[in-house]
Amino acid sequence: MSDRNDNQQGFWSRVFHLYYDGFRSMTVGKTLWLIIGIKLFIFFVIIKMIFFPNFLNTKCDTEQEKTEYVRHQLVDR
Amino acid sequence: MEELINVVDWSRAQFALTAIYHWLFVPLTLGLGIIVAVMETIYLKTKSEKWLATTKFWMTIFGVNFAIGVATGIILEFEFGTNWSNYSWFVGDIFGAPLAVEGILAFFMESTFIAVMFFGWRKVSPKFHLAATWLTAIGASLSALWILVANAWMQYPTGCEFNPATMRNEMTSFAAVALSPMAMSKFFHTVLSAWALGGVFVCGVCGWMMLKKRNLDHCWRSLKVGAWVGVIGIVLTMITGDTSAVTVAKYQPMKLAAMEGLYKGNHDQSIVAFGILNPSKQAFDNQDPYLFDISIPYGLSFLATHDFHAFVPGIEDIINGVSYDAEGNPVNTVPYAERIERGKQLQEMMAQYSAAMNGGNNLVQDSLKNAINADFKHFGYAYLDSPEEAIPNVPLTFYTFHFMVTVGGYLLLFLLLALLFVYKPNILNKAKWAKWWHILAIITIPLTYLCSASGWIVAEVGRQPWTIQDLMPNKVAISDLSAGYVQTTFWIFAVVFTALLIADIGIICKQISKKSQTDLDTVND
Repeated sequence: MSDRNDNQQGFWSRVFHLYYDGFRSMTVGKTLWLIIGIKLFIFFVIIKMIFFPNFLNTKCDTEQEKTEYVRHQLVDR
Repeated sequence: MEELINVVDWSRAQFALTAIYHWLFVPLTLGLGIIVAVMETIYLKTKSEKWLATTKFWMTIFGVNFAIGVATGIILEFEFGTNWSNYSWFVGDIFGAPLAVEGILAFFMESTFIAVMFFGWRKVSPKFHLAATWLTAIGASLSALWILVANAWMQYPTGCEFNPATMRNEMTSFAAVALSPMAMSKFFHTVLSAWALGGVFVCGVCGWMMLKKRNLDHCWRSLKVGAWVGVIGIVLTMITGDTSAVTVAKYQPMKLAAMEGLYKGNHDQSIVAFGILNPSKQAFDNQDPYLFDISIPYGLSFLATHDFHAFVPGIEDIINGVSYDAEGNPVNTVPYAERIERGKQLQEMMAQYSAAMNGGNNLVQDSLKNAINADFKHFGYAYLDSPEEAIPNVPLTFYTFHFMVTVGGYLLLFLLLALLFVYKPNILNKAKWAKWWHILAIITIPLTYLCSASGWIVAEVGRQPWTIQDLMPNKVAISDLSAGYVQTTFWIFAVVFTALLIADIGIICKQISKKSQTDLDTVND
């Protein structure tokens, strides 16, 4: 797609082509996106889901229960 | 109890590990972002293809570091929810609000403009592209602002009121949280130090390329911007460091005392320029805190208050509640033993509040809520077994502080010399020792990272045992987890982050090596 044609397109089409052409013409960027993908998979799928649940959500079902749990932790300690 | 301490220690180690690794990526993004923006501005003014080539070279390095570092900070938020759940509940929306603003800014501003920055060279006008580059750099700094606002609130909790009904702190003034003196000094000191780091990085990479005799013109162009941004960064870091010291003296005097290894304070207090601490020194044992020290008279009084004769309290003074004003009159501060008692009274009031709430007694609730908030600044002391428990790790705080200051002074000299060579290149070109200067420039890169990490160690270790200053110690902020569980995730993070760091350094070195062998006086797409 030439620069001239870009200028004749609508705004959203130009935004689309900015990203589309940008991703297609990447060199080192492809390696970086692979690393980002692997990293996000490890962070959000493996680490977050398996090892990092929200602790209070595992102990309590409601906001009131969470309040009481923390009150117990802070007052009765 | 031993298990609890183990969990606290492992959780702290895990947080420190992830925060330090995260911070390896962030300052280079902040510093190089500005440098790239300045280079592109010069290109637009001069229309020189050489400046365009130089801009693109550093933009690639910026992009690699940005991509590897992106989302490494999210791990810290995972840890808040799992390891520090009492803390996360207790701080409520105060911590959440700045982080939410940060998330929105990071997502919309950085992700939009960074795409234009990398993909938009032939798609948008040169001026729009330049604006996108500047907005990416500014957006990164604004992201840092909100993280630092959240951190500053933990150092100096303000703009909030505790609600005993929900056991949460509720924000009463967003402006007080966002514009607190701690937040402002922390933001400027941290971001400007990243400019210095970016400048040093450029000097170091150019040092390597000059050593290899590759693209010397490109190196001199890069050095011109890198040295200027670095010098401006380090000078402003020193100025804001002075502001930070005054802020710490006012709001965290125990941290300042630990930074200096000061147990008994004085008027006209000197500052230790170089010292070796007495490793067996404990509070109130009357031993000399230093085995050896070289001190600057009046230095600490001036650093802490901008008054050469002011009283600076030491660790023992703070614990005993001793301080004096400029005229030498005693100032009423609360001894730590009393703070512990008042904290325990607050704990009892909270239990009474809970009973009144269950009994539907609104009058008692209101009265107790007012009483709790009036004395709330002592709440965290309820959990201390003794006043001495409020003393941070003095040797670690002392040595990292002095390392940071010493390296900071060295960086000023280094960057000023780099600037001199930019304007008088023949000094370096004709010097027999030029090779050693180039090697020094390379070595200065890791040294600057250590300096930057030391600053964070001072800030965080110096405020121990608090997760939130005076309100919540670590041992209360922690979740009821097993030490083994935290150890497992610690090692997972150690492996993942080390792999990311190796990838970052590997790809950056490969890109520098590869691109330095091409002609960087012309644009190579």
